Formats: sequence, structure tokens, C-alpha cells
Amino acid sequence: MPNKSNKDNCARTINRRSFLKGTALGLGSLAVPFGTSDASTWEAFFQKHFKEMNESELQSVITRLEEEYAREYDMNFNIKATGPIPGVKFGYGLDVSRCIGCRRCVYACVQENNQSREPQIHWISVLEFEKGEKWVNIFEEATKYYNPHAVPEEGHFYMPIQCQQCENPPCVKVCPTKATWQERDGITVVDYNWCIGCRYCMAACPYGARHFNWAKPRIKKKEINTEVHYLGNRPRYKGVVEKCTFCIQRTRENPGRYPACVEICPVGARKFGNLLDPESEIRYCIEHKRVFRLKEDLNTSPKFYYFFAT
Amino acid sequence: MKSVILDISRSLNGKLNSLLIKLLIFTAMVMFSYLPPAVAEDDIPDYFVPPPPFSEDIFPCSECHADIVPDETRRELDFHEDIVLKHAEEQRWCLDCHNPNDRDKLRSASGQLISFEESYYLCGQCHGTIFRDWKAGVHGKRTGMWNGKKQYRLCVHCHNPHQPRFKPLAPLPPPVRPEDMKYTKSTSGEVPKNPLNSIIKSERKHAK
Repeated sequence: MPNKSNKDNCARTINRRSFLKGTALGLGSLAVPFGTSDASTWEAFFQKHFKEMNESELQSVITRLEEEYAREYDMNFNIKATGPIPGVKFGYGLDVSRCIGCRRCVYACVQENNQSREPQIHWISVLEFEKGEKWVNIFEEATKYYNPHAVPEEGHFYMPIQCQQCENPPCVKVCPTKATWQERDGITVVDYNWCIGCRYCMAACPYGARHFNWAKPRIKKKEINTEVHYLGNRPRYKGVVEKCTFCIQRTRENPGRYPACVEICPVGARKFGNLLDPESEIRYCIEHKRVFRLKEDLNTSPKFYYFFAT
Repeated sequence: MKSVILDISRSLNGKLNSLLIKLLIFTAMVMFSYLPPAVAEDDIPDYFVPPPPFSEDIFPCSECHADIVPDETRRELDFHEDIVLKHAEEQRWCLDCHNPNDRDKLRSASGQLISFEESYYLCGQCHGTIFRDWKAGVHGKRTGMWNGKKQYRLCVHCHNPHQPRFKPLAPLPPPVRPEDMKYTKSTSGEVPKNPLNSIIKSERKHAK
């Protein structure tokens, strides 16, 4: 009797399986951007992973992005997706005995790589240490907010830190969506269209080299660099992670320019080249100078070599 | 037969001639105590070096110095007062690097004449290890292509030869502290300028 009354009270009967199916479909449909009729939104939604795209698919993605950027920034962007040069593995050298902490590199990088001016993102942090302090692996006593009238300050020395382009990058291991990976020339890149902004990679990076776009990046229109690379300095979205790419848009050319930070350094403390070329500047540094890498005990094996020329 | 004799006399003549020429050169060298100019070393890369950064209207030096008798004594100068020597000044005076007879050239300790365009040979005679690093591209600033044409700079582009210590620079502004970051709506407020641009502009003006 009670069974019958229960059945009568329900307008429709539904079994557990179809209830779950319906819920899944319904929730799934919420993720599909129905509200926008824009074709490019659909294309972006169904875009393949960067490494699975063939050339024509990649080209259509680039054209779509160029159109999107043109609409949004009212400027014509030239997006490249140049691949790694065979036989090249990039390495970087920084002469700690020469760096004077003038921060020219920080802002040259900001200019070249379209970092957000507000909220502010810097890919390079220059640390100031007092002479005699514990330092190589201990940054607690260092400051990046020093602001004297002139540098170098008496009794201090400087160590800029940026992405160390690890051979064994912990940030890549933790990415749940494979939105970041290491390329054959040793550069670790991020696909901003694939990044979901979980920031696991930022937690995993022992060098603080990854940065998060908490808001939509803002740049003065005059200062936007329109020569960009898909995996590098193209404008980022809100909620994605970004990092130094050794200026992939400059260095992956033949002949390719030096990274912007190398080009601006007034004391010539920054060196860059091909680790596989025995004649390169970086190989000369490694072979002839006293070299160390940051936090080597973590087995990340950075390709960023700090050295002392004197 | 005739031709053989002719040949011998010719070759004898040739030998005599070459001997004579050598003698002449030798006497000339002794007379003018001439030494061959610095021979370009093979390990100097064939990269572009910009012209030396002379002060305005200062070169050629011979324009004034041609009529002045070289004076090697250490003294207060009546001209070039802007030059203050702070470069091992106790062991050195003007004519230890500047060539006394032809002031448009520099002169190494061995008496070799060196042009201002190749002044690195002069600096390299004392700073040998730095010179070696510079040739390898490790000392000093390089610009251009990492796998192509590179632009080198002369020592004097970064170091004033009379006061070579690198001059302190004003640093660019420090990053914003996290506690000072404010949330602003993406459409409101002025976007801050990159402070590098004003510095580059002022440096360009200065260069002009």
C-alpha cells in the first residue's frame, strides 16, 4: 500500500542511470559556449593540442588568433610558430662579477615580451645581496626592491634570476593538461590556449620563474610588440601562466638575434649561445670560467650558468 | 749559349737588386726607427666594430699637434683639461700610449703604431686575459645575431681609457610589492609606461 502511494506522488518515474546521464549531459553542455555565436570561439574550443596539430591546422589557428588580436588590440600581429633549429640547444651565461643591478634587462624583457604593465609582471628579478651574506641557495636575506640613486651599491652584489630552462623541468612534470613542455632546443614553453591556470607549475618551480595573469594584461598600445611567437610573447589571456622563453621569437631564426636582455645589458654580463657548438660563447664560459647553477642539488639541471669572469 | 749567359747575368742582377732593396729598407728602418705596424692577429674575429667614440671635433689630433713639439714631462695641461688620468697614473703619462711623432696613432710599449680603430691591441698588452675573453666574445657586450653577424665594441666604447672604471648607473624602478598591488578594472585608469623607453630616448639624445 505505501509503495503504491509513493508511485502516485511522482509525476514521472526516473531510474538512477538515466538521471546520471542527463546530469552529465546537462553539466557538459554548460561548458560549451552557447551564448556566443562567434565561429572563432567554437574553433578555439575544439582546438587540438599544439603538438598534435599538423601544419595546416596550426596555420588556421594562427590566422584565427591574428584576427582575434586584430579585433581586440586594433593592431596587426605577426604570429610565428617557428620550430626548433636542428642541432641547437640553448644555453645562457650570466657573469655575477659584472652585473651591477641596473634592471635594464628586466624592462627590456617586459618590452620585448609584452608582459602586463598592470598588474605588473616581470620575468626577471634582480636580487641584491650584501657582501658576506649567505647566498647561493638562500635568498631570504636578499632583496629585489633596492632603489638607491646609483648602482652598484657599495658592499653589495647582484644576481638576476629568470627561468633557468631546466633539462629536467619540475614545472612540466606537474602540468595536468600538458600545456607546458620542453622543446627540442631546450626551451620550456607554455601554450596559453591550453593552460587552465591551476598554477601547479608555479608551485613546482624552485626558481620562482613562472608568473600568473591575475587579470587581463594591460599594456600601452604604443608599447605593444606585434612581432610574436605562438609559444612566446603573443598577448596572454587572464588566468594563464607565463615565463621566459629565451626570446623564442628572436632566437629561433637563422640568423637569430640575441635575447632582449642580452642586447640591453650595459656591462655585457649576459651571454647566450648554442651548448652543442664548441665554438660558442656559452661553451667558452663553461670551459674557461668558474661556473655554477642555481639549486643544483634539486637535480633540475638548469641550462642557465652563472659564472665569474674575474 | 748566349741565352744561358744572359740568364745567369739576369739572375745575378736580380739577386743584387733584391739585396740592394733589402739594404735600403734596413737603412731606412734604422734611420726612422720604423717598426712594422701591428699585424692583425688571426684570432681577432672579423666582426664589425663601430668607429671609436671621439669627443666632438677632436680628431685628427695632428690638426693641432703637427706644430707642437712633444713634451713628455708630467705637468698640468693647458688643453684637454677635461681629461683626468685615473688609470695607473703613477706609472703612466700621455705619451706612453699616444704616439709622440704622429698623434693620430697610438703606440704600444714595443713601439708598434696602433690606429684608434684597433685600440684593443694597446689595451691588450696589459690586459691580456681580458683581451682573450673579449676575442672569445665573453668580456664585453655583444649584440647582433647569436648564430650570425655579431657586433663587437672597442674597449673604449664602455671604458673611458683615462678613467676605465665603469661609471655607476641609476637603476630602473623596483618591482611593485605584492601588498601595493591594487585591483583595477581593466578599462579604468592609466596604464603605466615602460621606464626603459625614457632612458633609451635620453641616451639617444646624449649620443647626438
